[in-house]
Amino acid sequence: MNNILTRIVSNDFPRSRVLAVILVGLLLALAFAPFIFPGVKALSVAAKVLVFIVLVASFDLLLGYTGIVSFAHTMFFGIGAYGIAVATTRLGPTWEALAVGLLSSLVLSFVLSLLVGLFSLRVKAIFFAMITLAVASAFQTLASQLSEITGGEDGLSFKVPELLSPSMEFFEQPFLGVSIDGRLLCYYLLFVVTLVLLLSLLRIVNSPFGRVLQAIRENEFRAEAIGYRVVVYRTTSSVLSALFATMAGAMLALWLRYNGPDTSLSFEIMIDVLLIVVIGGMGTIYGAAIGAALFLVAQSYLQDLLRLGSEAAAGLPWLAALLSPDRWLLWLGVLFVLSVYYFPTGVVGRLRAVRIQGTKTRT
Amino acid sequence: MSENLLTLEGVHTHIGAYHILHGVNLTIPKGQLTMLLGRNGAGKTTTLRTIMGLWQASQGKVTFGGRDITQLNTPQIAELNIAYVPESMGIFSDLTVKENMLLAARSARRASQMDADRLKWIFSLFPAVEKFWNHPAGKLSGGQKQMLAVARAIVEPRELLIVDEPSKGLAPAIINNMIDAFAQLKASGVTILLVEQNINFAKRLGGTVAVMDNGVVVHAGSMAELAEDTALQQSLLGLAL
Amino acid sequence: MKTLDFDWKPLALVPLLALGIFPFIGSSSTWITLTVAGLAMGMIIFIIASGLTLVFGLMDVLNFGHGVFIALGAFVATSVLGAMSDYTQSESMLRNMLAVLPAMMVAMGVAGAVGLVFERFIVRPVYGQHLKQILITMGGMIIGEELIKVIWGPAQIPLPMPEGMRGSLLFGDAAIEKYRLIAVAVGLLVFAILAWTLVRTKVGLLIRAGVQDREMVESLGYRIKRLFVGVFVVGSALAGLGGVMWGMYQQSVTPQMGAHVNVLIFIVIIIGGLGSTGGALIGALLVGLMANYTGFLAPKVALFSNIALMAAILLWRPQGIYPVTNR
Repeated sequence: MNNILTRIVSNDFPRSRVLAVILVGLLLALAFAPFIFPGVKALSVAAKVLVFIVLVASFDLLLGYTGIVSFAHTMFFGIGAYGIAVATTRLGPTWEALAVGLLSSLVLSFVLSLLVGLFSLRVKAIFFAMITLAVASAFQTLASQLSEITGGEDGLSFKVPELLSPSMEFFEQPFLGVSIDGRLLCYYLLFVVTLVLLLSLLRIVNSPFGRVLQAIRENEFRAEAIGYRVVVYRTTSSVLSALFATMAGAMLALWLRYNGPDTSLSFEIMIDVLLIVVIGGMGTIYGAAIGAALFLVAQSYLQDLLRLGSEAAAGLPWLAALLSPDRWLLWLGVLFVLSVYYFPTGVVGRLRAVRIQGTKTRT
Repeated sequence: MSENLLTLEGVHTHIGAYHILHGVNLTIPKGQLTMLLGRNGAGKTTTLRTIMGLWQASQGKVTFGGRDITQLNTPQIAELNIAYVPESMGIFSDLTVKENMLLAARSARRASQMDADRLKWIFSLFPAVEKFWNHPAGKLSGGQKQMLAVARAIVEPRELLIVDEPSKGLAPAIINNMIDAFAQLKASGVTILLVEQNINFAKRLGGTVAVMDNGVVVHAGSMAELAEDTALQQSLLGLAL
Repeated sequence: MKTLDFDWKPLALVPLLALGIFPFIGSSSTWITLTVAGLAMGMIIFIIASGLTLVFGLMDVLNFGHGVFIALGAFVATSVLGAMSDYTQSESMLRNMLAVLPAMMVAMGVAGAVGLVFERFIVRPVYGQHLKQILITMGGMIIGEELIKVIWGPAQIPLPMPEGMRGSLLFGDAAIEKYRLIAVAVGLLVFAILAWTLVRTKVGLLIRAGVQDREMVESLGYRIKRLFVGVFVVGSALAGLGGVMWGMYQQSVTPQMGAHVNVLIFIVIIIGGLGSTGGALIGALLVGLMANYTGFLAPKVALFSNIALMAAILLWRPQGIYPVTNR
């Protein structure tokens, strides 16, 4: 049994009791979310968590393991989302359309990420980061301008295959208070895909390929000197990272049945991804999971909390303004800055460090 | 018996995970020229950089003129009138020769405020500096840049000159000019700590000598003694002077 | 700055672009209008970018949050100008100036002061760590943007141009907006002051040397860290000034304007070469001209044209047009 478990997580165990408990808890919470957390909003948050786990984990591959800073990540996310959106809008809500959409977006991402990856090697890291910022910005503008294809600013609303739509009722009676419909199926489809993709990423980063990536991140010169062709590894990592992000985008579109420039391409999403990967812990993959859950739950419910605080502080207008629920990003920003200082290794890193310290004192 | 201007006691320096200096003990007597010899990788440059505060000593003490300077930062150390000429020369290629010199003259806010007599003396040692005064320093040849680097170090009176391999990569004729310049500097009473691998430097300039190997000083004494003892030369440096 | 064989080729790019685009535009009066507009926009961008490029060149600090000073300056100006409406409503240019100049000064002061705080608490703790700098300065910008929303509200605020500055001057067939000429003048003034400081003062000398080899400057006895704080504050103040001018150019300000202009600034300093003021000027003029020409000829590709421009320049000179040596 242990052997099978080792193979599933590619020998990359949590390495911290607390972390393992949290991860198992998260897994269970997501697996049974429709039943544990009633209501439409809760399920939406859960689905978003799944999407972001994949998106952020793919970004961690690029940033945490390969050491490349790229702000163009949302571009691939958007390509995946638009792929599904455009395909179903044009070809109808069929499984074939989904396949076409997914495949074409993967191909487009492949080509673009190849170009971007190769370009990153010709310029210095700082240049590259700034250029990706510009490119992502341009892509977002492009998406809102090619309104014939992308629906412009308004985006595209579309139907999904019958099996996944809310109108498809599998059973007349609700089970444990939840109606067994297409929507539920869609959620579980996302859940399974997330699990598979996450474990694949674990497999990738723990493979010989992944180890070379880390070596390159630590000391590119030495890696090259030993004989690894840095170009090949970094480009491959860029491409893989982009492909996973594309799949995350497809997942998002499938769930929302809508996509627009702000849904998947906005700079806010890029910031969110950055926040999550830093708070969760870079270079851990697990950090993406925990970070995404923490972040999205906070995002949804922090606003409610702030609303309470704002009302309570009604007497002091400036305080009320600071605590206004619309200003939740301010507090998130503060949290982010604090985590970059005090928790550079993120939640996962912190938990693992505690564990190491614990074992040290015991021996 | 001249006093010691600079003393290193038990200095260790780590660079990242690498332990380069393993307890360096070095004394630089005032008013003399001390040569720091040793093979490549012995730790000579690291010693100089540690003195200048560019790398922090992890252990030990550096004393200058009776004052503990181990924890001071680089600008503070330079302000004590210690001038440093690094191996890479540190020439600002986009600036003119004049601007390079002006930068080094801390008390001057404009070129006209630099000490004209001193400049004249410097020009006599290093004619190229005068010749290319208004030219970008990047246009100078390797030897001329080296001369500029040393000229910069003495544009104002300094207590201690720390020079790292001034003859590196230079043609023999230029090296002779360099040696002449250092001989004059030595004669003027400036305390000099010179790292060199060039034999002629050692032979012609004399003074005191310290030899490093594997991050420690393995021999210290007068150049005259070392010059006599060829066996010692072989064992310390792997070659005869 | 340089003698004899001065690197003139990049300078030629600006007239090259301006003249090269002429056949596409056709009418000379339109061309003149667009060119002046482009130069004006370029000058405003230069004012903002100059601080950022020096900060990076001198201390290797990448401030992804530079945009917050732009927005701050613009918003402060709305408050100041709003309070001085009797000056701004006047038709007399002189009376307008009496409102605009204080607005600029206050904006610069506030931006500079915030810059001081920003450097101390956001930037200083992460010297030498590029990744953290990128992350943290972005975080700083988010916080700044939100605080602006707290103080001034999240909505767009109009920033009407003072009456005396409205309108155009006619040169033959070409109509040139008065404000754009003012912008060019201010930009040239800022450039002249910067250039004079860099070339003729010791501080400027220190900055130019520090951009090349920070360690050597310290070895010569200068506390370059203090100089850096000064440059950062001046850079932030300049961004504030640029924000005021940008706001007046667009006649409105939004809290997101910082992030929006940020992208343009980055393109400019990449084109110019990180650390080069002259490069930033040329880059800014090129970007300004390009934005206006494409805005007229093919509006949909405006943002792409700047990226294409950047790519083209990088293919020619991978480090930007005036790369700083020793980096």
